[in-house]
Amino acid sequence: MGINWFKYSSPQAFHPLAGKMIPWFSVAAGLLIIIGLYIGFFVAPTDFQQGDSYRIIFVHVPAAWMSMFLYVIMAAWAGVGLGLNARPSFMMAQAIAPTGAMFTFIALLTGAMWGKPTWGAWWVWDARLTSELILLFQYIGIILLRAAIDDLRRADRASAVLALVGVVNVPIIYFSVRWWNTLHQGASVSMTASPKMATTMLTAMLIMTVGFWMYSFAVTLARVRCVILDRERQPMWGNQTSIQEVAEAR
Amino acid sequence: MKPRHKRFIFIGLGLLALAGASMLILNAFQKNLVFFYTPTAVANGEAPKGRGFRIGGMVEDGSLTREGDGLTVHFVITDTAKRVPVTFKGILPDLFKEGKGAVAQGQLGADGTFLASEVLAKHDENYMPPEAAEALAKAKSAAGAQTSSTLVVNPR
Repeated sequence: MGINWFKYSSPQAFHPLAGKMIPWFSVAAGLLIIIGLYIGFFVAPTDFQQGDSYRIIFVHVPAAWMSMFLYVIMAAWAGVGLGLNARPSFMMAQAIAPTGAMFTFIALLTGAMWGKPTWGAWWVWDARLTSELILLFQYIGIILLRAAIDDLRRADRASAVLALVGVVNVPIIYFSVRWWNTLHQGASVSMTASPKMATTMLTAMLIMTVGFWMYSFAVTLARVRCVILDRERQPMWGNQTSIQEVAEAR
Repeated sequence: MKPRHKRFIFIGLGLLALAGASMLILNAFQKNLVFFYTPTAVANGEAPKGRGFRIGGMVEDGSLTREGDGLTVHFVITDTAKRVPVTFKGILPDLFKEGKGAVAQGQLGADGTFLASEVLAKHDENYMPPEAAEALAKAKSAAGAQTSSTLVVNPR
């Protein structure tokens, strides 16, 4: 049968496994991001219209993708947690939120830095930019709601419901450039059409995306370890405590 | 059916209801969510009257003229069906070019000229090295057809 995966649904078993995986993901993230940035900044050709300012897409687009992707993953963990009443799922959701918020902020910041020289404005209230800003508020709201409730079970459930409700915004962000007239351009890379950019540029962008994935894995696992230690500190399983001792400690 | 199945079904139904509700809301707000109006929409009277709005389209080839003061520019925004002349006093963004997309904010004057207070360049989704763009332009002029995917306008 191989590995019994359900074993790792217990925080006690998952904590050391996460610890073992973190170095691998960190190294992969570092290497991929260095390679991606190198190709993006030194190998990829300049753009025929924008010159060198387009190079911000090597950070902007992967960050924007991750901001949406991490939200969906976070909401999925929250949904699994609600369905199974499983603490580790809520812990994963809790651990993903700050990384997602960070990528959303990076996407907004780099977008503004690119918008000024290209469009002529730091910020416009078009559908794409506004919905991405709302995503940042959603992340912050979920983090704050969790922090505002002392009872962990209630905090888990409340923030999970909020995360699930907010998932409607993700397709809105993604399709906003197709559904409405926006200043933001349409997707250069999509699953349905061939990419509308030079191959080297695309390569660098995809390497950066995988690098950001690896980074997200590493950081989320590191954070979930802290969350586990923080939330399970009463049982003291770290030093092979018996069930009875745990019960007494509670 | 176990309780957890019930919970998952409840979550699923909740998400479905939410998706339905948000689709209705977005449909209702459809008009308010457009960032700019196309010249055709303006000609059809869809643009708001009496207050400012944004107009977007292609800058018509050969329509850009500069006045003596060097700041005031005139150009024509077109979506190939209708055209709207625009007057703007100020600095144009670097990527503002004839044959490329642009979005202007301002008010429609009585004479049908759009008085812009701000002009933004609308960038397209194509990224390529200059050599590739040159080759593409050559192939295009050889074919004699002038097409551009710079501005994708919703057919609504």
